[in-house]
Amino acid sequence: MITATAPVIEEKNYLNAEHGLKSWLLTQDHKRIALLYLMAVSVFFIVGGFFAVLIRLELATPAGDLLDSNTYNKVFTMHGVVMIFFFLIPSIPAILGNFLLPLMIGAKDLAFPRINLLSWYVYMLAGILGTTVLLTGGVDTGWTFYTPLSSTYSNGYVVLTAMAAFVAGFSSILTGLNFIVTVHRMRAPGLTWFRLPLFVWAHYATSVVMILGTPVIAVTLFLLMLERGLHIGFFDPAYGGDPVLFQHLFWFYSHPAVYIMILPSMGVISEVVSTFCTKKPFGYTFIAFSSVAIAVFGFLVWGHHLFVSSQSAYAGMVFSILTYIVAIPSAIKVFNWSATMYKGQVRLETPMLYALGFIGLFTIGGLTGLFLAAMGLNVHVTDTYFVVAHFHYVMVGGGVMGYLAGLHHWWPKMFGRMYSRTWSMVAAGLVFIGFNLTFFPQFLLGYMGMPRRYHVYPPEFQVLNVLSSAGASILALGFLIPGIYLTWSLKYGAKAPANPWGGVTLEWQTSSPPPTSNFDVTPVITNEVYDYTNQEVPHIG
Amino acid sequence: MEAKSFALIPEAASTIANQVDALYAFMILVSAFFSLLIAFLIIFFAVKYRYRRGVKPTFKPANEHSIGGLVLEIVWTAIPLGLSMIMFVWGVSIYFTESRPPANSMEIYVTGKQWMWKIQHMEGASEINELHIPVNRNIKLTMTSEDVLHDFYVPAFRTKADVLPGRYTTEWFNATKEGSYHIFCAEYCGTKHSTMVGTVYVLSEPAYATWLAAGSGQRSMAEQGQALFNQLGCGNCHASVINNGTGRGPNLNGVFGSVVDLKDAGSVRADESYIRESVMYPQAKIVAGFDDIMPTFKGLLSDEGMLKLIEYVKSLGLKNGAPNNGLPGSGMTNATVPAPGRPVGSSGANAPVVTR
Repeated sequence: MITATAPVIEEKNYLNAEHGLKSWLLTQDHKRIALLYLMAVSVFFIVGGFFAVLIRLELATPAGDLLDSNTYNKVFTMHGVVMIFFFLIPSIPAILGNFLLPLMIGAKDLAFPRINLLSWYVYMLAGILGTTVLLTGGVDTGWTFYTPLSSTYSNGYVVLTAMAAFVAGFSSILTGLNFIVTVHRMRAPGLTWFRLPLFVWAHYATSVVMILGTPVIAVTLFLLMLERGLHIGFFDPAYGGDPVLFQHLFWFYSHPAVYIMILPSMGVISEVVSTFCTKKPFGYTFIAFSSVAIAVFGFLVWGHHLFVSSQSAYAGMVFSILTYIVAIPSAIKVFNWSATMYKGQVRLETPMLYALGFIGLFTIGGLTGLFLAAMGLNVHVTDTYFVVAHFHYVMVGGGVMGYLAGLHHWWPKMFGRMYSRTWSMVAAGLVFIGFNLTFFPQFLLGYMGMPRRYHVYPPEFQVLNVLSSAGASILALGFLIPGIYLTWSLKYGAKAPANPWGGVTLEWQTSSPPPTSNFDVTPVITNEVYDYTNQEVPHIG
Repeated sequence: MEAKSFALIPEAASTIANQVDALYAFMILVSAFFSLLIAFLIIFFAVKYRYRRGVKPTFKPANEHSIGGLVLEIVWTAIPLGLSMIMFVWGVSIYFTESRPPANSMEIYVTGKQWMWKIQHMEGASEINELHIPVNRNIKLTMTSEDVLHDFYVPAFRTKADVLPGRYTTEWFNATKEGSYHIFCAEYCGTKHSTMVGTVYVLSEPAYATWLAAGSGQRSMAEQGQALFNQLGCGNCHASVINNGTGRGPNLNGVFGSVVDLKDAGSVRADESYIRESVMYPQAKIVAGFDDIMPTFKGLLSDEGMLKLIEYVKSLGLKNGAPNNGLPGSGMTNATVPAPGRPVGSSGANAPVVTR
């Protein structure tokens, strides 16, 4: 229902309610905090992307002609650390989740606005530690920090980097805690659990993983710092430790962390697909519970990273079968999204293009995960480019495509402006093509036997590497263009209506951008979510 | 390395390689089917059900609560589950073959360090970043690292295993094609990780015998181990010939591969890792009937020296408790080593058969 209040003068909204730096840095408004996160996370995405460019440039030839080995190792380490801890983990939850969760449940804010602001400051503290590492010489352990390389042999700033990831973890924990309490306590009257948008379900599941998993990585990194700094033996056999113990602890968090990075994206896709098909998502309860199932089973599969690490074959079997089981809820989601399109009114606007891209790429990412779960095949392809390709299909093809879908979907709501329809479609196409050209050859490289983290490589791998580097340049362009037209739209974009896409979740029922208090009147929900019966399809473009 | 034209599957040069490739082919078929199915559906639906202004669809929103919807949900849960269970069982069956060296394997020792592979043959020959092996023979590598984690990977054999400091891991293969193949370190190990590479040379039996003979004149691993044993004074407590098996330390004859009772109840199988632990951390497991008096030899013995010592202890096992005359070249080592150049057909007879 669009209420027609004629915008005579600039309406009061959260953006123009207050002015000045202080009004931003001390804000307790979840929407403003989301924008603080947007700025910081975007900077880290650019930094991480810059490292990716260096990697692909170096690998265009078999010899190590651009960077020396030490620098190359630091570059891929920092690419991983920055992208995972400072971009992928906070991106959707801390930006879109922060902005939308209260709006979607008809609340004025998150349950703990001050803790929300604190989480941003904690994240920034971690970011400053990480940036210090970058500026003072870097670290070369790989983002996995495997011992005893990290604890004893590495020359880089391991303790500082581990500290950065350690601190960033607390930011995740605070966000997760805030989301869980908010979903439990702040829902508008009548908004029962099964009337929650799927985006909220996905964020609820993500938050559970955040608060249960993150303390484990914190403890692990703390032990690593103790061993590195004080030579207290946990992981290095020279001090009586066990290097494989580190891998167990690390992956006990880091595998579920993959779901922290992908579940919010899945939530975005559920919203975007439903909106642009003008149709209730097919299998709402199946999609909702599959998020919960992924969160639960995701904690039981870490050992599939250790099939060649001297882990017992029987333990390996258990991890292998559980890995197949955790894949099923993802398959259910893909089928349900596809079925949602059946007999819908499909509009291929930019967010939908990204969503369809997500479905295609995530399908390939998920299916290649089945290759890696097969123990006998895993032995050959683990630690090769096959893993690199699989991981990027899930994290970029899934995580980043979902982030871009969400950013384009809710940009008009966040800033009250429309971006260029043409340019955004061009960019979506470039991202899809560039991504596939970058990462598909890496599956083939991996099966050919090229190990990951190789600075120089035998010449027979060059053709595929050149293809990959060529794709990366297209991908880089695809990421650059949105940076331009989105920034441009902030000043010059057409004013966005309250509901530009014809969505039915609560955030579309308030103005764009929303007022500081989100809703002038607290909504009362009397109907199913995703009821499009009275929703007109708006005219766009 | 033969000149390779552009290929998408590496050369298959071991008994396991074709099995791995077959599973890979199956998974590609399944993945291609589902990827194309999804791609077709979303493109088809996007076109067929595209939004047309003014045309209200007459859909009745089907959902999972209708019978048809529920059947769909069950079908697309059950089919992937069934297929994935096939993959699971298939993957496990290959893994169990891959991870269990056959009893008759020829043994070779590998020590990884930043950034090289050191290979030690039992006959005494050693090499760096090269591994010469005979074709059509089961080869078992026993591996350890002097520093960080490494991983011994031969793509043509489709197998790899992590190499860890402070313990022993194994890897085995049976090369089916003569030729030379890459060895890669597959576990990131620091600055020069990507140059920790080498070559496996798979030779015919006669060529291997020739190669091995060229390295003769070196003492066998067990002999070198015995020299270390004497040099470190191990025999003062352990050598049964002096104290008739009632010394301050346990009798080592026949200990390898046996089950040892421990002082604090329980028992342990005396394998490579146990021997290593007992030398480096003697107090970790005290054999029943003995006191905690042995000092650590940590720092006195390199990882390679440790392997030689283990090989010596193994050779004592083959004497089956008989007194060891302690003289080098007593012939005991020959029993542990498959005679080089023996015809392939009798590979079963190459195994050191332990009769008790």
